[in-house]
Amino acid sequence: MSVAPASTHVASHDAHDDRTRRRRLVLALMVLAIALSVAGLVVGSQGWSWQAFVSDVSGPQADLIVGQIRAPRTLGALMIGALLGLAGAVAQGLFRNPLADPYLLGSAAGASFAVVLVLAASTLTGHAISLATAALLSRIGIVAAAFAGALVGVLLTLMLARGAQQGVRLLLAGVVVGVVLGAAGDLVTTISPDALRGKQVFMLGSTGFLGWSSVWVLLAGLAIALPITCRLARVLDALSLGDDTAASLGLPLPRIRLALVVLMALCTGLAVSQSGLVAFVGLVAPHLVRRYAPAPHSYTLAASAGMGGVLLLAADVLARGLIAPQELPVGVLTAVLGGGYLLWLLHRRRVG
Amino acid sequence: MNLWMRMLWALVAVVAAGSSAPANAQTVLRDDRGTIHRFDAPPQRIVSLLPSLTETICALGACSRLVGTDRFSNSPESVRGLPKLGGLEDAQVERIVALRPDVVLAAKSARVIDRLESLGLHVVVVESQTHADVKRTASLLAQLIGAPPEADRLWDAIERDMRRAAARVPVYLRGQRVYFEVSSAPYAAGASSFIGETLARLGMGNVVPPEMGPFPKLNPEYVVRAQPDIVMAPRRDVEAMAKRPGWQTLRALRGRSCGFDTERYELLIRPGPRMGEAALAMADCLASMKEMR
Repeated sequence: MSVAPASTHVASHDAHDDRTRRRRLVLALMVLAIALSVAGLVVGSQGWSWQAFVSDVSGPQADLIVGQIRAPRTLGALMIGALLGLAGAVAQGLFRNPLADPYLLGSAAGASFAVVLVLAASTLTGHAISLATAALLSRIGIVAAAFAGALVGVLLTLMLARGAQQGVRLLLAGVVVGVVLGAAGDLVTTISPDALRGKQVFMLGSTGFLGWSSVWVLLAGLAIALPITCRLARVLDALSLGDDTAASLGLPLPRIRLALVVLMALCTGLAVSQSGLVAFVGLVAPHLVRRYAPAPHSYTLAASAGMGGVLLLAADVLARGLIAPQELPVGVLTAVLGGGYLLWLLHRRRVG
Repeated sequence: MNLWMRMLWALVAVVAAGSSAPANAQTVLRDDRGTIHRFDAPPQRIVSLLPSLTETICALGACSRLVGTDRFSNSPESVRGLPKLGGLEDAQVERIVALRPDVVLAAKSARVIDRLESLGLHVVVVESQTHADVKRTASLLAQLIGAPPEADRLWDAIERDMRRAAARVPVYLRGQRVYFEVSSAPYAAGASSFIGETLARLGMGNVVPPEMGPFPKLNPEYVVRAQPDIVMAPRRDVEAMAKRPGWQTLRALRGRSCGFDTERYELLIRPGPRMGEAALAMADCLASMKEMR
């Protein structure tokens, strides 16, 4: 697979060209974000109808339908996509691997295991866990469980890899933790099959129930993670030249790697706690950015966040509109949109 | 009486004897795949890989012939002690074969069907999606076990319960629109699902019209906009509903909701012989709702 290196150092002859492309991408993402946000307010259970929207806004249910349901759902999808895009860009930079995605280090498996535990709490009572534990688990709720589970998954990975010194070791540990926690989750659903339905909803990812409280949490997360990550971007640039070079530049690699892993886990945990495991956004958003506008990491990280947001919001709008009032699973559409676009980009590059 | 008449009567008598004493005759039946099965004698050792089929066999009075079930079969009480042979995706071929069943009953989607058939077992595939299917399945299985009249008896009992349930629904609730949530995605049970059919028998409406299919995945906004009069779902989901954005405005969540515990809920979502009982459970919840002015 031929993929552009994580950070392409700008050759002098096309430096100007690259700068133009980067500016164009930012502009395009902003325009798309605004246009899709408007679409997100318009498209609902009645499909794409502008007339229905006008009558909604002027009707007695304006605040309820548009203000309390569509607006937070739209903003929430945008920010979840941004968090996943950012986490994906960090993962790919950190591991210098174009196949890395935010769910890599055990966060997805950890989150879904925790969710299954909460769902199965009542059935497991008396068999595997005590009554008090069950009560505690069901009080935690799915959102908190998913967040905690994602973090615990990554923590396990870090322990297994004895810190973040070695990228390969970290990846391997992540895969092992993912497999083991995934199997543990399957074991729980075997014992308690009624947790299966809830697990499936979580695994498919959903933007349907994002409210204002979700939006504020996501916004806070993004406001903290984005600036810190971008500040660490230069480390990713140095890492792309190899560990030795990075170390020779005097960077405290283990500590910075750890910081990046933690940031990635926080972004991912926050996203999955609000929407479940939305597929593909974190993997494809950084690719799209690098394909279109190769740049140092400070740009790639921020642009990947933007790309992820736009991608998930576009998928959400389509999920709502295509067969309204029914919905498609949003994860299916992110895969089709993001994957399709990436294929097209790859194809065009080869031809051109 | 002339000879011809006598011969005709004899023929009728033979046919009648044949159908009332099938133990002597070969049983031929076509399952839901269209496969023709021939049994020289009614099967005495039955494995069921679907809870609703387990329940049907028992309701037809052949519970003692079951030698094993899937892991989800838990009703009636007596099947709980039987060997549990896995689920739709992971049925245990070796254990099933070792039980030497005369017939295995399975749903269409069971992955194990081809494997079991290649090992020489009879696999009768049955799938129930609607009330009519349940009736058809009952008569198919009754034929299989060699007791055709049992099917009518079972169906009459279901019908009787349905009528009793309908009579229990308070007059002031008749015709009100129900939102029945089967999964928090949210998936709803529409009017064309067997749950929707039961609700219709109870004289209730449905916020999901038949043209949207039996179990559509809805935009949550649709439910808020539809303002159902009554909400039915697993208890945990009903409790969480008010926290969903905009759902606190659902009037049904204030004294017009039925939150079912796991066991009750299982009863409601199985298209089988306990459908009448399920209708009664729904009716009991409706009957507990006070009239609102």
